[in-house]
Amino acid sequence: MSLHPQALTPDYRSSRLRSPNQKLLSLPAGPGELTGPTFGHGLIGPNDNDLIINYAAPGQAAIGEQLMVHGYLLDENARPVSNALLEFWQANAGGRYRHQKDSYLAPLDPNFGGCGRTITDNDGYYSLRTVRPGPYPWPNGGNDWRPAHIHFSCFGTGWAQRLITQMYFEGDPHIPLCPIVQSTADPKAIEGLTARLDMANTEPMNFRAFRFDVILRGKESTLFENKLEGN
Amino acid sequence: MARSQSASQTAGPYVHIGCTPNFAGLENMYGGHELGAEMFSSDAVGTWMTVTGQIFDGDGMPVTDAMLEFWQTDASGRYAPHGGSEGWGRRAVDAEEARYKLRTILPAGLGCEAPHIKVWIVARGINLGLHTRIYFDGQDNWQDPVLAAIDDPVRKSSLIATRDGDHYTFDIHLQGDYETVFLNV
Repeated sequence: MSLHPQALTPDYRSSRLRSPNQKLLSLPAGPGELTGPTFGHGLIGPNDNDLIINYAAPGQAAIGEQLMVHGYLLDENARPVSNALLEFWQANAGGRYRHQKDSYLAPLDPNFGGCGRTITDNDGYYSLRTVRPGPYPWPNGGNDWRPAHIHFSCFGTGWAQRLITQMYFEGDPHIPLCPIVQSTADPKAIEGLTARLDMANTEPMNFRAFRFDVILRGKESTLFENKLEGN
Repeated sequence: MARSQSASQTAGPYVHIGCTPNFAGLENMYGGHELGAEMFSSDAVGTWMTVTGQIFDGDGMPVTDAMLEFWQTDASGRYAPHGGSEGWGRRAVDAEEARYKLRTILPAGLGCEAPHIKVWIVARGINLGLHTRIYFDGQDNWQDPVLAAIDDPVRKSSLIATRDGDHYTFDIHLQGDYETVFLNV
């Protein structure tokens, strides 16, 4: 079951001119949809999943609340998606992206790039260390502020599973106000994009843990896997 | 226990930070190597060619924060086996005119599918990544099931790159009179 947003969600202004008017052409999945690029663990450097230090000068660290975000990459049948590439990007603790087009007045952090990646293990598990991103204002016609969020880019094993989404933080008062979050319209979908404080894995005097699972399109009971096994 | 898919959310205006960080100005991120910069190793067998184009919104304005990914067979009609990524590539479009350039080999057809490159498009304002295909002028396209399913000749032509020698041009229109055909894969 998918709870993806519609292409046109007028309250999110940017979607108005960037959403197709025509219906998508439906296509049975073929070999090119069932396969996709996969990457070896050798791709990943030792600090690639540590945004606190992966852009910092030697001995320095990014400023902000220290977090570990962790969880599982699964399919709709709760089966692990192992050895899959995940990429992350986010604003710094003040809500500023390291990008020439971001002109928000919050300062850049010289020790924070805002980019990381990892590959899931055999159980589909991943983790990253980062600082909590700040909320920030954005131009959408009103007084709009994004809730704190981390962008996730997810590869599965097939081209048809490719997904980009965003992770929000439990309790953020901007979640119900944000037109991008609300593009999904379904409370269950939003709940699924909200990371939970995980005290069991929070390390005393070090960092708080947040748990966030990503669920990709399934491989069973869907057209996707029926095609794989049936044809 | 069945679980619902995680809902897609827009890649936003800064997807280049996460996916093409060196292009975005994060100098020497990941050793300066951009994932997906090469579709195939330079000794791959096949007909090498370039594909270039631009991506536009419904007002004809360039979508300068877009990121494109590509997936194709090799010259013998095979997709990379599990554990490989040959035939996959990724491009940030440029910040002024939303242009991309791909150097690759001509894919082979597979079954009744004509040779094509699959394209996945994300950007600010795109809530769920858009899928389309690049077919090639001059190939045996007539029996391809996707092209055959499109009646309108203008719509059909939106999926066929125009040829000039070993150079092809393929523009993407997200909306409007020249809207590209997008696929529900």
